[in-house]
Amino acid sequence: MQLKDTIRESQAFLNRTIVAGLLVALAVATLAWRMVQLQIIDHEHFTTLSRENRVKVLPLPPTRGLIYDRKGVLLAQNRPAYSLEITPEQVADVEQTITELGRIIEIDEEDLERFRQLRKRKRRFDSVPIRVNLSQDETAQFAVHRHRFPGVDIKAQLLRHYPHDVKTTHVLGYVGRVSQRDLEQIDVSNYSGTSHIGKNGVEKTYESALHGVVGLEQVEVNAAGRKVRTLAQSPPEPGVDVHLHLDIELQEVAMKAFGDNNGAAVAIDPKNGAVLALVSQPGYDPNLFVEGISTKNYKALQQDDSRPLYNRALRGQYPPGSTVKPFMGLAGLERGAIQYDSSIYCPGFFRLPGNTHRYRDWKKTGHGSMDLDSAIVQSCDVFFYKLAYELGVDRIHGFLSQFGFGNRTGIDLTGESSGLLPSRDWKRRARRQPWYPGETLIIGIGQGYFLTTPLQLAAATAAIANNGTFFTPHVVDYLRSRETGEINPIPPSANVIPIALQQNWEDVRNGMLRVVEGARGTAKRIRSDQYRIAGKTGTAQVFTVAQDAEYDEETLEKKLRDHALFIAYAPVEDPQIAVAVVVENGGHGGSVAAPIAREIMDAYLLPDEPEADGET
Amino acid sequence: MNYSPRQLGDLTPTNPNRRQGLLAVFHIDLPLLAGLLVLAGFGLIVLYSASGENLAQVQRQAVRIVIALGVMLAIAQVNPTTVRRWSPWLYGIGLVMLIAVLVFGEVGKGAQRWLDLGVIRFQPSEMVKLAVPLMIAWYLAEKRLPPTWQRLGVAALMIVVPVLLIAKQPDLGTALLVASAGIFALFLAGISWRLIGALMVAGAATAPVAWYLMRDYQRQRVLTFLDPEKDPLGAGYHIIQSKIAIGSGGLYGKGWLNGTQSQLDFLPERHTDFIFAVLSEEFGLIGVLMLLGLYLFIIARGLYIATRAQDTFTRLLAGSLTLVFFVYLFVNTGMVTGLLPVVGVPLPLVSYGGTSLVTLMAGFGILMSIHTHRRLLPT
Repeated sequence: MQLKDTIRESQAFLNRTIVAGLLVALAVATLAWRMVQLQIIDHEHFTTLSRENRVKVLPLPPTRGLIYDRKGVLLAQNRPAYSLEITPEQVADVEQTITELGRIIEIDEEDLERFRQLRKRKRRFDSVPIRVNLSQDETAQFAVHRHRFPGVDIKAQLLRHYPHDVKTTHVLGYVGRVSQRDLEQIDVSNYSGTSHIGKNGVEKTYESALHGVVGLEQVEVNAAGRKVRTLAQSPPEPGVDVHLHLDIELQEVAMKAFGDNNGAAVAIDPKNGAVLALVSQPGYDPNLFVEGISTKNYKALQQDDSRPLYNRALRGQYPPGSTVKPFMGLAGLERGAIQYDSSIYCPGFFRLPGNTHRYRDWKKTGHGSMDLDSAIVQSCDVFFYKLAYELGVDRIHGFLSQFGFGNRTGIDLTGESSGLLPSRDWKRRARRQPWYPGETLIIGIGQGYFLTTPLQLAAATAAIANNGTFFTPHVVDYLRSRETGEINPIPPSANVIPIALQQNWEDVRNGMLRVVEGARGTAKRIRSDQYRIAGKTGTAQVFTVAQDAEYDEETLEKKLRDHALFIAYAPVEDPQIAVAVVVENGGHGGSVAAPIAREIMDAYLLPDEPEADGET
Repeated sequence: MNYSPRQLGDLTPTNPNRRQGLLAVFHIDLPLLAGLLVLAGFGLIVLYSASGENLAQVQRQAVRIVIALGVMLAIAQVNPTTVRRWSPWLYGIGLVMLIAVLVFGEVGKGAQRWLDLGVIRFQPSEMVKLAVPLMIAWYLAEKRLPPTWQRLGVAALMIVVPVLLIAKQPDLGTALLVASAGIFALFLAGISWRLIGALMVAGAATAPVAWYLMRDYQRQRVLTFLDPEKDPLGAGYHIIQSKIAIGSGGLYGKGWLNGTQSQLDFLPERHTDFIFAVLSEEFGLIGVLMLLGLYLFIIARGLYIATRAQDTFTRLLAGSLTLVFFVYLFVNTGMVTGLLPVVGVPLPLVSYGGTSLVTLMAGFGILMSIHTHRRLLPT
């Protein structure tokens, strides 16, 4: 009985064990099927996912091209700089991390502000700089603590630097961090690895050449996103070097010549429109902008009364004053309104027929009998009132616009102003007013609505020197690939002004020559023994003196004093340089602006001449 | 039929049926030992890769395996009769310690599992993994099978109390293993199919209650299991990365040490609970089938030992220990392949770690003891 039970029990147990064994077999079969499903049926799918996990395509940003002056002096370079960057995605608590970083490396309000600004624009897995321009010590300091800061890393990058800082700002411009607005205007993929972009000046105009083409690197990354190894690479195409016509020494001489004065000077090679110097005083340090200028510094620049951010050479619009007289004279001759040797009488004022208003000459007593030549040399206003009256505003407009007045010159820099060359048509459109004859008169002496930029004046002067061939001014000479050495010149483009009679041009140029060389010339003080200069002084009113009042330089506030202007070219036999100088509130063109032009021309035409004892 | 004690035979040295050599002397079951050694060896090879070629870690694990094998051999020497006598005591001590853990236990990783006895830190739930099948086998073997309703009720209580104590720590994985050990013993003891059906229905009905009792992270695991893509960077990350590792392994695998998912840290817990994914990625379906073959061989041998056992206690014990080993395998691989929710159960003998290894090997020691202490029957 006992044994029977044992056998029965054993049999029952065997049955249950077989059931259990079958269950095990079923479960293992299910598992095996699951494996087949994952490893065979969905293998392709998971292979793709696995590949997407580990392979990332990283951009390799190209090195930005360098900028040189005409003699090969480096004006914009790339310097290695270290920044501390946070990748928000890999950091649990960004604020906390910053607080802790702050105990190791100094982080101030400006750094925080920049971080917040930049973070808004970046994706979560992009790194955002919290500190820039780390010193060697700071880099080492962080390296020691790096293990405590996952998601925080030091990044080495090449940062733009302008060794001649303030001397080059208004030409080169500067680069700054790529902004949202920039992104809308560029090929975003080409800039995927680039942090900086040209904001103005040459840096902006030649951005695509300077930037180069982005390269790509296929890397294997681990789960933390760190690069493990490189799988494939297509190297970036570095930016092209830009060589300027600009001469940094000339630039320096011009800036120095201004002293404490504000103003602008532009020097152009009349034979091809090459910009040799372009100065706007005062300037500012472009290096401040590369890593994002602090609010404080920016405010200081913005609120400075002398407006250093304002590019006077390109954007400053000044009445040309008497510097327009040679152009007016040429207009009179070419359009047949006057004869070279016919003269008028200057009593010190001009009156329109049937009108009592006296248009005054700067010389109260009058110049007496004046022909074109003496009117240019002595800058007689009455002669040009009369000439303007006889030509009429529309003929003046038609002639002068050939010299580029009233239009942007098309220079390869950003932000140029067009100035204003008024016409009946313009006044009707812009002011909805008819043209008054009196307004024509004052255009004749470069006042009224007439506005020009220093660049326009220089370009127009170059066209006179160059006998009617107007070259579009340009600062870049050629682009040069550092890899292949291939040179890509920027060709000059020209507009030829039709000449009615060659002698007219010679006559006007002779007049300009005698402004400097003549005994009664308004710029005779800058006469040189080594080469001959042709020029024209100008004084532009800022402050309108009442009909009977006296303009007294001494009693007027400096802000309201006249602007001093001077245009010139030299040497007259074979012009190599044309210059326009505007000194804001400088007073007389002959005494303030002309010497600056002379210094520029000396520096350009008399190589390595010690400037010590100049000639008077 | 009647057999005299002499006919039943014994293992005295003079017995002509006596097994020869060292294996017999040390009560070793060769097929089981061979299976375990091959599995552990394979495990170390996978661990070397999963640990990021960390030889020190592999050595530590090898030492643990040697210690666990020692424990196994030591237990194999103990006669099942002795084991049987100890069973209620072991169970009683286990329960006391489980309660002690809840009261004084050390907290680690958000759960109270360890008991510091001054000399060693001890995980009572590990001991209970063995104590519960021992206790159930002991209790049911006292009377004739199948058990009466009353005895069934007492046995059920014997299972439920420690399971609840462990679940409260909380250690869902161990609770599951302990529960299954007891349930398998009951199943093998021959409880009626009708009761099994009724229990399954009742289990399904109490699921909402279980949901209510679960902790947040446990609920999260269940939710993640149901839809891992819902939270790909959080709780679902483990399963997604694990499936990618397994699936991208394909038929032949990416090769030893070449699994990108594991070597590049995409796979979490890769040398412990998720080591099966490493194996699948690097050795492919072929490697997986080899591993499953090894496990099946060990399980089959265990069940064979159970069927050859000579009394109810050893039968129930051997059967339930073997089936628990299977539960380890199935819960772990099911979790890693996304078939089951994430429950912290290691892949037996392969995952890095020592505690469950010793318990498992002690279980195999009991199996060997059962098989090698039989009195031979003539056939």
